[in-house]
Amino acid sequence: MFKFDRKQLAIPYAIFLVLFVILPLLVVIYYGFTDADGHLSFDNLVFFFSSSKTIGTLLYSLVIAVVVTVICLLMAYPVALILAKGVYSRKHSFLMVFVLPMWINFTLRITALKEILTLLEGNLAYHQFANTIICMVYDFLPFMIMPLFNSLTKLDDSMIEAGRDLGATSFQTLIKIILPLSVPGIISGITMVFLPAMTNYVVLDMVYNSTYIMGSLIGSYFSSYDWNNGSIISAILLILIGLFTIITNRLAGDGERRVS
Amino acid sequence: MAEISKNLIELKHVKKSYDGKTNVIEEFNLEVKEGEFVTFLGPSGCGKTTILRMIGGFDTPTAGEILLQGADISLLPPDKRPVNTVFQKYALFPHLNVFDNIAFGLKLKKTDKKIMDQKVKQALEIVDLEGFEKRSVNTLSGGQQQRIAIARAIVNEPKLLLLDEPLSALDYKMRKEMQLELKNMHKKLGITFIFVTHDQEEALTMSDKIVVMADGEIQQIGTPEEIYNEPANVFVADFIGESNIFNGVMEDGKKASFAGSIFQTVDDFEKGKKIDAVIRPEDVEVVAPGKGQLDGEVTSADFKGTFYVTFVQCGNYEMEVHCLAHYEPGTKVGLNVIPDNIHIIPYDEALNHYEGVLGAFDENNGIAVKFADIETYLDYRKLYPSATVVDGNLTVNGETLVTEGVKVIAFYNPEDATMSDNAKEGLVSGKIISFYYIGDHYSYTIRSASEEDYVVDDEYLWNQGDTVGVSIDKDKLQYKLAE
Repeated sequence: MFKFDRKQLAIPYAIFLVLFVILPLLVVIYYGFTDADGHLSFDNLVFFFSSSKTIGTLLYSLVIAVVVTVICLLMAYPVALILAKGVYSRKHSFLMVFVLPMWINFTLRITALKEILTLLEGNLAYHQFANTIICMVYDFLPFMIMPLFNSLTKLDDSMIEAGRDLGATSFQTLIKIILPLSVPGIISGITMVFLPAMTNYVVLDMVYNSTYIMGSLIGSYFSSYDWNNGSIISAILLILIGLFTIITNRLAGDGERRVS
Repeated sequence: MAEISKNLIELKHVKKSYDGKTNVIEEFNLEVKEGEFVTFLGPSGCGKTTILRMIGGFDTPTAGEILLQGADISLLPPDKRPVNTVFQKYALFPHLNVFDNIAFGLKLKKTDKKIMDQKVKQALEIVDLEGFEKRSVNTLSGGQQQRIAIARAIVNEPKLLLLDEPLSALDYKMRKEMQLELKNMHKKLGITFIFVTHDQEEALTMSDKIVVMADGEIQQIGTPEEIYNEPANVFVADFIGESNIFNGVMEDGKKASFAGSIFQTVDDFEKGKKIDAVIRPEDVEVVAPGKGQLDGEVTSADFKGTFYVTFVQCGNYEMEVHCLAHYEPGTKVGLNVIPDNIHIIPYDEALNHYEGVLGAFDENNGIAVKFADIETYLDYRKLYPSATVVDGNLTVNGETLVTEGVKVIAFYNPEDATMSDNAKEGLVSGKIISFYYIGDHYSYTIRSASEEDYVVDDEYLWNQGDTVGVSIDKDKLQYKLAE
């Protein structure tokens, strides 16, 4: 008799995991630490940290990611605050308006946005950096609003009232109570925006920004069949992202614990 | 002259409506003297927290004014009021430790560091948590959090401290302890306290003055003794402590007839006046059968620690008695109540009286009439006994009577109305908003969608919040011409 076990339900995903996550990772690590002849080598690693091209790309990616994240945070926070704590009785419908664009493929959205930008600027090529930022902000804003909205909705109104009651103006209440208590939302919003912003080179391509970011750098090596250098950069990026996630999770964890 | 009895806060004609149609607070008037301990007592949804929030500045009144030492503060934001609040769920800031929570208000006022440390220390001493400065508020127990919340409020030396059901989250023993401590704190600090609770025992224990509220309106203001011994209406009698309530009628010589017997009372009302008589269970004396004013049979006796809750059936009427002795169910007993312990409440004549207006007369149905939610016809003889019908017209002394637009008062006796659980049946439908047990039946107040109240007597127990249909026999509806 065939005995049905709940564990067997996990088999399809386990196969997927091995084939498309673990195996490619091992391949990346293998290529990263071998040379073109397949011998063990740290040359790729050394090259990454000594080449001005790769380090420059890393810095440029960081700058884009930081700028996009900061702008998203500054724009999303007031929106999330108004939606979560405002007087609107149908706040979830309002939220939909902000989140709705997420349902449309992002290349389509950026194609549309490009038309608007062309109307305003004439030639998109003159403002490559600005256009990159605008498109990325447009793309990632909902990912910042959602976690902020969730964390602000959870914030008990009596906290805000207690602040006002003890003599804080509404601005002081925002700085001293609402902001610190929404740190978990801020951190998960940053995670949702910062990491994709570092690698999303499709946006750069679409707005004719020819500067490399991490994503395009890796792509360029792979398309010239340099598997080894492409792999080591992927591995380094993976480690950076891993570190970033661990740090933010720890911060968010602290926040959660303090809030709950 | 020493101004010891100055009013700290006055509420004048305060109204509050959230939707612009129905008032959650109707015409609220209250004076609180400096140093008083005032308690707002009422069932949930009675508007007591709304009043507190308006005093604290978290809600603004729709009409009326809130005077603090003579100045209207009703539109000031909370941070501009010398008032502090202890919230129901404490609302301590989880990202700050105990010291920073308590010092929150002082820091905003840019208090000198040394003075601030001193004040926080004193506040912690008052709430009996010395040395807790560095603790995280999340590691504290419910009772400790409560104390920190009180310390955080009183450290600002407010003129008025508002406490919104602050003890409701604590367990029974802790609550008793905090009640006494709060009372002592009030004496020591000399700050005026306004305390909100739905727990009548808590209100009676702690307050100088109790404001009993129901349905957005003040039912009675008085000292705990006044509220308990002289309830102003049936609601207060029923809500505060246990009560036996009976419908009755006054007789000659301060006597009242109710519960199937005639009792001597100390209240003087005209003969024939409808009344409700209130007797506290602990005021009923159990005597030998035949020796009391009432005779009955014990139906149940439950031990409650210091007394037995004993129910005695006297004919149709049931009497709750708290007695020290145990009587087996089935025991025949006599019951006595001394005149002093019978509290007479005159029946509210405004109940079940509705302003209405007449329509046209027609020979088959009678005169059309409209009042409250009801449209019906009435027999013309009820209003115009001398009228006759001539050629289909109402005629008095040869003149045709025009009934359209004539104002009338419609009324009925609660015992003439009936309820059914089919809301579509009957003249009107509504929700049961309150009910009392009155000796041999329940008295229900049913509120329709248009906010009209109907009182209906029924011998069966229904639930508060049930939607029911109310029927009143057309012949039992009474009318008089409005002046």
